[in-house]
Amino acid sequence: MTAYLKLDHIDKSFARGGQVSEVLKDIRLTIDKGEFVSIIGHSGCGKSTLLNLIAGLTRVSAGAVLLEDKEVDSPGPERAVVFQNHSLLPWLTVYENINLAVLKVFGSTRSRAERHDWIMRNLDLVQMAHARDKRPAEISGGMKQRVGIARALAMEPKILLLDEPFGALDALTRAHLQDAVMDIHSRLGSTTIMITHDVDEAVLLSDRIVMMTNGPAATIGEVLAVPLARPRRRIELSSDRTFLRCREAVLKFLYERHRFVEAAE
Amino acid sequence: MSIQAIEDSKVKAFPKPAKPAEVIAFTAKVRRRFDPAAIAGKLASTLVPPAVVIAVMLVIWQIACSSPNASLPPPSQVWNEAYDLIAHPFFDYGPQDIGLAWRVLISLQRVAIGFGLAAIVGVALGALVGQSIWAMRGLDPVFQILRTVPPLAWLPLSLAAFRDSSPSAIFVIFITSIWPVIINTAVGVRNIPEDYRNVSRILRLNQLEFFVKIMVPAAAPYIFTGLRIGIGLSWLAIVAAEMLTGGVGIGFFIWDAWNSSRLPDIIVALAYIGVTGFCLDRLVAAVGAFVTRGTTAK
Repeated sequence: MTAYLKLDHIDKSFARGGQVSEVLKDIRLTIDKGEFVSIIGHSGCGKSTLLNLIAGLTRVSAGAVLLEDKEVDSPGPERAVVFQNHSLLPWLTVYENINLAVLKVFGSTRSRAERHDWIMRNLDLVQMAHARDKRPAEISGGMKQRVGIARALAMEPKILLLDEPFGALDALTRAHLQDAVMDIHSRLGSTTIMITHDVDEAVLLSDRIVMMTNGPAATIGEVLAVPLARPRRRIELSSDRTFLRCREAVLKFLYERHRFVEAAE
Repeated sequence: MSIQAIEDSKVKAFPKPAKPAEVIAFTAKVRRRFDPAAIAGKLASTLVPPAVVIAVMLVIWQIACSSPNASLPPPSQVWNEAYDLIAHPFFDYGPQDIGLAWRVLISLQRVAIGFGLAAIVGVALGALVGQSIWAMRGLDPVFQILRTVPPLAWLPLSLAAFRDSSPSAIFVIFITSIWPVIINTAVGVRNIPEDYRNVSRILRLNQLEFFVKIMVPAAAPYIFTGLRIGIGLSWLAIVAAEMLTGGVGIGFFIWDAWNSSRLPDIIVALAYIGVTGFCLDRLVAAVGAFVTRGTTAK
């Protein structure tokens, strides 16, 4: 079986004012269908750049991103992104925000009623159907992020890309949303890649954790499989030996072997 | 033309005062929730001070112009001699003898055409300049020079081009009001958050969809600031242009009144112009507040 998503020897460098800075070097990774993969690393290690490459928002300098053996060279709805700051359009209601995506993706294949049902189904999935006529400014940060997830899911993506989706949220809201994402993943089996800098979050949610070395020219340092059965419950896991072992492995990688040194150069 | 020069400098000094429009709408909404007594109180607190100021000004004016050799008429004389203009804005006694409201409407019609064209072309050009770095490099210097040309300086040229006074006046309106629209739209488009662009890229919106669904709503507060400055400028320009081109507008009325030494008529016409200009400004602000509701909220 060939890999669903394949990152094939990817390099990425940015040229600015004659100076070329290498951000990512020789990234090799394959992800199977339905897998939940987290990418973790210190800030500045190019995690977000990697996600943008998979999304197609930036182009690779060398190598290729292959989704079902087809090269990714531009952004598209089959690789939906949930942005850290939700990126909902403030002049549209929750419903209209999702409708914008649904209309574009399914405008020609589904009837108006089908599209409406689909929007409501996705809103139900993130438990936001009650706020369908609210504008983003009228709902809380966690709710906005839920809507952002619903919008991404409504595109029926092959891969769901989460760019530090819970980074701006408080701990309690964060836990709620992590549970919601786990629930959605188990129900839809969506292939998901999540950027995070939270070790617990990575272990709790992921099938595999991709740990990045520090930049410049960051690469994948280690890939850790998390052999925890699903569904996972955070309270039970807090004393689970496998969970703790995985957690320790990630912590060791981040804080012993690849300690983040401020202004390393 | 010095007044226009000042107004024009506003364009540059405050390229993004996007706030006034929203603030107005917000207070209006909140006010509606209060009880009638509070509304009456608020109304009184907004209406009484200007009424007092106007009354005091009228008294001072009356005293200052009451001496027999005063060069300007006092308010009482204005009231007596121009009473039919004040009391009957809509009379119609023939082609050149019509009420001031009709004249204002004729001027407004010209403004509507000229300003409407300026709004459409201005938003389109502003979007181009804001979107494309090369369009900006090429067009911005040209715009920056052309926008400092006083409106009436365009008039001889447009008279030569159009060979008729009415399209010339409309062209002057157009060329006066288009600059703030272009410049503000460009600033607004340039300030569209990168995230919105990413959303549109992931959805694969085409150019037109991006323009209609993302760019215009995202830049709307800026666009309406430009439109508001533009409508003010066009109202300034139409009066001046009509003084030179003739016809039946309010501008020509003033010139005509001056030539036949009807100073009270001029004063009444000034009041009409001021009130109309104020209404235009508030109208655009209200439309802007309605259209951009929610847009700037985070």
